[in-house]
Amino acid sequence: MNKTICWLGFALLVMASPARSETPNIEEIWAIVQQQQVEIDELKRKLAAADAQLAAADQKIEATGDYLDTFAMSEMQQPSTTIGGYGEVHYNNLNADDSARDVDQIDFHRFVLFFGHEFTDRIRFFSELELEHSLAGDGAPGEVELEQAYVDFTLTDTLSAKAGLFLLPVGILNETHEPPTFYGVERNSVESDIIPSTWWEAGAAVSGHYETGLSWDFAMHSGLAMPTTGGNAFRVRSGRQKVAEALASDPAYTARLRYSGIPGLDLGLSYQYQTDASQVSNDGLDEGQLLSANAIYSIGDFTFKGVYASWDFSGAAIEAAGADSQTGWFLEPSYRFRTARGDFGIYGRYQDVDAARAQDQFTQNEFGVNYWPTDNVVFKFDFRQREHNLASEAGRDFDGFDIGLGYQF
Amino acid sequence: MLRRLPILLLLVSVASFAEGEAGQYQTRSEFLIESFGHDKPASSIVWINNELRANATEVLGHAPAMLRMRYWYEGPRTAWIIDEIGKEQNITFGVVIENGEVQSLRVLHFRETRGWEIRYPFFTRQFSALRLTNDGSLSHGIDGISGATLSVKAATRSANFALVLDEYTRTTSQTASAP
Repeated sequence: MNKTICWLGFALLVMASPARSETPNIEEIWAIVQQQQVEIDELKRKLAAADAQLAAADQKIEATGDYLDTFAMSEMQQPSTTIGGYGEVHYNNLNADDSARDVDQIDFHRFVLFFGHEFTDRIRFFSELELEHSLAGDGAPGEVELEQAYVDFTLTDTLSAKAGLFLLPVGILNETHEPPTFYGVERNSVESDIIPSTWWEAGAAVSGHYETGLSWDFAMHSGLAMPTTGGNAFRVRSGRQKVAEALASDPAYTARLRYSGIPGLDLGLSYQYQTDASQVSNDGLDEGQLLSANAIYSIGDFTFKGVYASWDFSGAAIEAAGADSQTGWFLEPSYRFRTARGDFGIYGRYQDVDAARAQDQFTQNEFGVNYWPTDNVVFKFDFRQREHNLASEAGRDFDGFDIGLGYQF
Repeated sequence: MLRRLPILLLLVSVASFAEGEAGQYQTRSEFLIESFGHDKPASSIVWINNELRANATEVLGHAPAMLRMRYWYEGPRTAWIIDEIGKEQNITFGVVIENGEVQSLRVLHFRETRGWEIRYPFFTRQFSALRLTNDGSLSHGIDGISGATLSVKAATRSANFALVLDEYTRTTSQTASAP
């Protein structure tokens, strides 16, 4: 290799010296070759040094990359304490048959913050704190509510338990009610008047799930304390004690079976037993049993959703009032259009509610549109038309529209 | 109240006996063995340059936190491990791609309290044969799971990101490093 370089240098030297009049003699050529060899040796030394520097630079880049990756990964790791939330603001414009009942109002209906903390990877805390109707206090329309505050224990890969204040496993909305997850500015009435969402109680629960997509929940928790007199007598929603110095003499039990083993399909069946739905013995309201079934089926961008829920109460007073059976159901088809500027969804909903109060016995038609500019933000617009079953409530019949904005993070 | 105490005590005692890391369904080594038949495939690194960062930001909906991604390969098959946030916590996915098509998606570590369904085959098998179309979108949709929407979206984003990275490695030369 060195000889080749020498001769190549020599040839170049000869070619590069056309003006030289005399051919160098052998001593001069030898001197030139020796000089070239010195320069070649110097170049090789520099090349080796450059190679070493390059290797060192590579090592430094790798080390820097490793360090920055480690830093980036640590940044990606979730902190032990997490914050999330959701909120929704509603505008309602409803024209009732009795114009005194017209509604034209705007309301920041819910402002919710989630706080979670991971004590260990198996023991975690989760909470949900809500401000309803923007303003709470004496004479104010809203209230501050603690809707979840429980400690979750991961027992095995398929079994977990929790204790504290938690949402009951019934229906669709009760556990998943962030505004971007459902259609309609207002939540459906079945999961308000029959299943009194948002419905939380205090107690303990165990859950299991399996590879087939089957899961189950069982909870033992505080019960309802439904009023037996007054305008809200036997109204389930008014029976929520919200775990605020709640009577605990008569607990309740909730069990759910759920199947989600086919993507797009979600079936749920819940049963609840209230040992005494008023927490008071011999007041004419005794046991209560809730049976609810819900189904969601999505195929492509089409989704069909339905909920059925029915209460069966025992007791002389509630039976005399004709409120021992309270039932509701709704059906909701929808279709989602996906565009480069966000998703649009259209839906229709028919619901039939037969709850305790006369004003809570109605059918309602609605249809509307959701627009998600991004997954976690939604704009909503819908038309609603409600007709009450009883002629005495006809003044409450209404039609109108709602506009809403919701978000979650 | 006393009659309910044993249930609470049982719950607490069972929780105290729980061992191992919760939600870890596959280690990296187990994922590589499943993907290549052994845990020593060749590995390499993709630096997230400006072009990739722009693509990743579009696919993930946020800029990737890392400067580079390590991957494993053997023949036309590549394997990627990607962390992506679900609702509140990171979910670790393993994605295997061959000739531009997803062969499998696995949930290696799931830390969320809801959305457990995404780890099971009835959900993950939807990713089989998923690929990028000419306009960069996914070749077919992924059906969601009620109550697990954000976990499903995290899985879909991770598969999409892995496909983008795989395509990049197949169209550019990458410097291999030691396994």
